[in-house]
Amino acid sequence: MLAYIVRRLLWTPVLLALAAFFVFIMGTWAPGDPAELRLGNRATPDNIKRERERMGLNDPIPVRYFNYVGGVLKGDFGDSYHYQGRSVLEIVRPRLWVSMQLNIAALIVAVSIGLPLGFYAAKKQGTARDPAIVISMLVLYAMPVFFTAPFLILFFAVKLHWVPASGWGGFFSLQIILPALTIGIPGAAVFVRFMRASTLDVIGQEYVRTAHAKGMSNFVVNYRHVARNALLPVVTIMGFTMAGMFGGSLIVELIYGIPGAGRLSLDAIFQRDFPVLTAFVLLGAGMLVFANLIIDIAYTIIDPRIRLQ
Amino acid sequence: MLKDLPPDGGQFKTRGHWRKIWANFRRRRLAFVSLIIISFIYLLGIFAPVIQTHDYQETNLRETQQGPSADHWFGTDRAGRDLYTRVVWGIQTTVIITVTSFATGSLLLGVSIGLAAGYFRGWTDAIIMRVGEVVSAFPDILLIILLAATLRPRFVQFARDIEDSTGMTGLVSSGIVDYVVIGVALLPLSWFGMMRLVRGQVLVLREAEYVQAARAMGTSTPRILYRHILPNVVSPIIVSVSFGIGAIALSEVILSFFGLGVQPPRPSLGVMIGEVTARGGASVSVLRDHPEQLLAPIIVVWLLIFSWNIVGDALNDVLNPRAR
Repeated sequence: MLAYIVRRLLWTPVLLALAAFFVFIMGTWAPGDPAELRLGNRATPDNIKRERERMGLNDPIPVRYFNYVGGVLKGDFGDSYHYQGRSVLEIVRPRLWVSMQLNIAALIVAVSIGLPLGFYAAKKQGTARDPAIVISMLVLYAMPVFFTAPFLILFFAVKLHWVPASGWGGFFSLQIILPALTIGIPGAAVFVRFMRASTLDVIGQEYVRTAHAKGMSNFVVNYRHVARNALLPVVTIMGFTMAGMFGGSLIVELIYGIPGAGRLSLDAIFQRDFPVLTAFVLLGAGMLVFANLIIDIAYTIIDPRIRLQ
Repeated sequence: MLKDLPPDGGQFKTRGHWRKIWANFRRRRLAFVSLIIISFIYLLGIFAPVIQTHDYQETNLRETQQGPSADHWFGTDRAGRDLYTRVVWGIQTTVIITVTSFATGSLLLGVSIGLAAGYFRGWTDAIIMRVGEVVSAFPDILLIILLAATLRPRFVQFARDIEDSTGMTGLVSSGIVDYVVIGVALLPLSWFGMMRLVRGQVLVLREAEYVQAARAMGTSTPRILYRHILPNVVSPIIVSVSFGIGAIALSEVILSFFGLGVQPPRPSLGVMIGEVTARGGASVSVLRDHPEQLLAPIIVVWLLIFSWNIVGDALNDVLNPRAR
């Protein structure tokens, strides 16, 4: 197991370097001359030439790549083309923080609906409730956020006036409820599906029967023997689910008018502010890679059976 | 539909294999209904030019934001364009994107690279797998957006150059360039999953006795791959395709929603949804006053994704009985 962890730890920086290379190449391939974009209306041929030299755009690609990676390692993603004189990190950080809060809220929704419901469906296998839950979750999962978002706005904000229709007020505000539900519900559907499957797996195990035979109460068997073991495989999909929800949050931010990373990256595309976009994509990749790394390692630690193999 | 698949290469199964699977599939009522829904939606898209009631770009400023009527079945949008016509053309976009990007990305690239990686192993396999890991290190949507945003201007320029040098017109305005951009941007989403699946199957199959026998008889490598190994991978491929198409369709809708996919005047379901929900500060007012304009495109997208999921589930049960 130690060999596995070491191998993963050694491979991760290489993986990130390759991802950075890919992102960097896409950035250099992006349309528009960075120097020209940077100068805006001060762009004269002379100025452009000087600016290109200053920005190091005339250096060979490998040199520029190593400069870029060197900067990224120090937390410097370069300067924005669009917002004069501001570093990319300065622009991306507050937006990313907003998106993260939104996604954490969504994850809380997804987990707190998904896991109990999946467990319940598995326990009710053979009754009408199980397929009812499974099918309604499939319906919800297939429901695009374009549908849930406008529906929730129309119903809870426009009709009932319970919560504001759009905007952002931080993690502990009413405004976060609708977007968090919008992102969290499809996520919950994924959790229901996996939790149900893994609970069914555990219920059939002999140690569960033994526990029942020993005369342990249903509550103890359910929570100590079944639910705990059923949770293990579900943990591994947490990373993928979060990545999926993150993608969904881009759209949700747009519909709800939330000043998060989704809004920012979209603006960056149309303003041709590629350093911002590439930084965002790279940060997203970094987070996903690390989340999966941590989950994989945590998994080998939690589950002794894997450790022994 | 299933009967038309290439007859199985293995000598132990006969044509009856697929007929049995089809019968099994048909017994699952929800899945069968889903398949009918999918076929119906795809037919709408394919026959869009025939069943349209108006022209999809035809604006009529005297008839904007109308409700459904005999002339405009689904009503009209803010430019007075007929929503029914735009929906069927939007479906056509979805049909084109799902079919082409699956034929190229998943089937052509994914299957052949997977066959190669599984069969040759060693360095080929290692390099392919590592490349795949790099690609899947990115959150899907972000990667797709980055690709679409950086590739589009280059591709549009390229198409304009062709138009200029050959005197052809309409290459850019016909939307072909959009389809190519979307198709290429979706490649990372489609090829890796398929490739990993095929590779895994091939790793097992290449050790099977009948493959060893074929090799001992001096059968060439391409023939072993396509005649002996590929037919036995068909079932998982079908399952994977049916699960993946929903994701591909949704990705196109998302890209177009963001304004990075299909460009006006070509309609796309994503563009239609974006026009009602996400145009800056005005969004809430359009949404509040005319939410019914969202119904048709959203229901189509929803039905498609839901139906593909159900069909995928059923095919998984029918084709891989061991998985259960």
